[in-house]
Amino acid sequence: MRGAFVKTLIELAAGDRRVLLLTGDIGYMALEPFAERFPDRFFNVGVAEQNMLGIATGLAEAGFVPFVYSIATFVSLRPYEFIRNGPVLHSLPVRVVGVGGGFEYGHNGITHHAVEDVAVMRAHPGMTVVSPADHEQARAALLATWNVPGPVYYRLGKDDRTVVPGLNGRFEAGRVQSLGGGKDLLILAMGSVAKEAAAAAETLRGKGVACTAAVAASVHPAPAGDLAALAGGFRHVMTVEAHYVNGGLGSMTAEVIAERGLPCRLTRCGVSLPPDGVSGSQGYLHRLHGIDRDSLVATGLRVVRGGA
Amino acid sequence: MNEETRGVTPSGIRKIILEQSYRAHVGHIGSALSVADILSVLYGGVLKTGGDRADRDRFALSKGHAALALYAALHLRGDISRAQLDSFCGEGSKLGVHPESCLPGVDFSTGSLGHGLSMAAGAALAARLQGSSRRVFALLSDGECNEGSIWEAAMFAAHRRLSGLTAIVDLNGQQAFGYTRDVMDMTPMADRWRAFGWEAHETDGHDAVALRRLLSAAPAADGRPRAVIARTVFGKGVPFMENKIKWHYWPMSEDEFRQAMAAVGGAQ
Repeated sequence: MRGAFVKTLIELAAGDRRVLLLTGDIGYMALEPFAERFPDRFFNVGVAEQNMLGIATGLAEAGFVPFVYSIATFVSLRPYEFIRNGPVLHSLPVRVVGVGGGFEYGHNGITHHAVEDVAVMRAHPGMTVVSPADHEQARAALLATWNVPGPVYYRLGKDDRTVVPGLNGRFEAGRVQSLGGGKDLLILAMGSVAKEAAAAAETLRGKGVACTAAVAASVHPAPAGDLAALAGGFRHVMTVEAHYVNGGLGSMTAEVIAERGLPCRLTRCGVSLPPDGVSGSQGYLHRLHGIDRDSLVATGLRVVRGGA
Repeated sequence: MNEETRGVTPSGIRKIILEQSYRAHVGHIGSALSVADILSVLYGGVLKTGGDRADRDRFALSKGHAALALYAALHLRGDISRAQLDSFCGEGSKLGVHPESCLPGVDFSTGSLGHGLSMAAGAALAARLQGSSRRVFALLSDGECNEGSIWEAAMFAAHRRLSGLTAIVDLNGQQAFGYTRDVMDMTPMADRWRAFGWEAHETDGHDAVALRRLLSAAPAADGRPRAVIARTVFGKGVPFMENKIKWHYWPMSEDEFRQAMAAVGGAQ
């Protein structure tokens, strides 16, 4: 997604002089194509994320569309108050780009694991939150949302090869993208862990569970109408996210189900353990938190066959 | 100074600060009084605030708790009406204790210390990118310089040679719990800015002539941003408030209000 983001941003910048890129000294071997093409519109502001958000607010007030880039934890949490009192409070088009949502920086440890970024961004009514599932969808999402009014948070992955089968780069703001399937169980996923959800759905179908997988990349404002129409046809819904179960996709889905009075049971799959200092690969951490394909299959079977 | 800006006098600003804080029964009086002369100079002719949005100067009141002084200056310039001014701290008012950009004439919402200079640095970068000679001013408190983000913005502005940016530090020597020298000593303030690559000037923050000369001087030819370290008296103009910590948050009684108004030359 990182490569797709930079490639697409270069196209946008070529067509619109308002587009700028700021980084907090992150993106070595990724952002260079933009920097080389637009040296006057690329700013490495150093390791100073608060200031980067403040600068972007000043730039946006004057009419620019600044993209600010860093690792998801650093760009969302350290300058969180500057995001709140800056682009959110001023309703300015600053684009906050967090790379490595969830456990993508697995071995780097909890300081690099973005597992609450969606929760804190989603709290703001004026913020748009986008968490694509693969690089094709990341490109489509950027093209669809880069020029919306007000701030946007993009939660990107690093993988520019894997695609979620059946997604075909679809994205529409305020919509959920269904990957198709039957009516026993809906598995709704956010971010790059969607590929695990899609694989689990495929396995479950092989085991006789009529299972539909869907991707919610347009996380906030909640795609409430679309999600209600989709989830309304199921007795069981599972959400899958490399994020705390509170505040992210699972919470958003719970809100929609409760507020619409949908007759379905929700199981939230995500991070529910407190950080304990353990790190490992992304795959290891997905297994640890029960959001790898095998764990999701086991949870899906338990949910559908009762006793969950 | 033209007809429009002639009325933005320090005593006019002080009188409004006292009237409105007394009426609304709110504090931050001392912090507002200490910047009355600075705002009088800025809004009395230094800031180009009229005309095309693209070319007007930008101002960030980074010490947002002095918003009442800003409202007073905007009112005296004719930017906000008496009725609006009288809504200060009322229900549904756009004039709260801290300034909001929804109020015409306020470029940036502030109130959380350490934020304004970063936005001002971005505004100065924007001016350069747009080929505009507009300037950007940020007014900071000395206590606010405890915030690390101030120094992030300072190093960025110097590195990028944002000479269109001027930071004014209201060096009144007080912060919420006491004197800055006891809470978090920032001396020598000017040398700190110089060490970060700024051109720094120290001045009497109540000397309008000196302030006007420094704030209207052309940007540094070598690209350095400019810091004006303005030595001020907290609560300036009201003797019983001067340098008294109490007036950081304390509202006035009726007696105190009468005395204060008499001190700034306002009839009561």
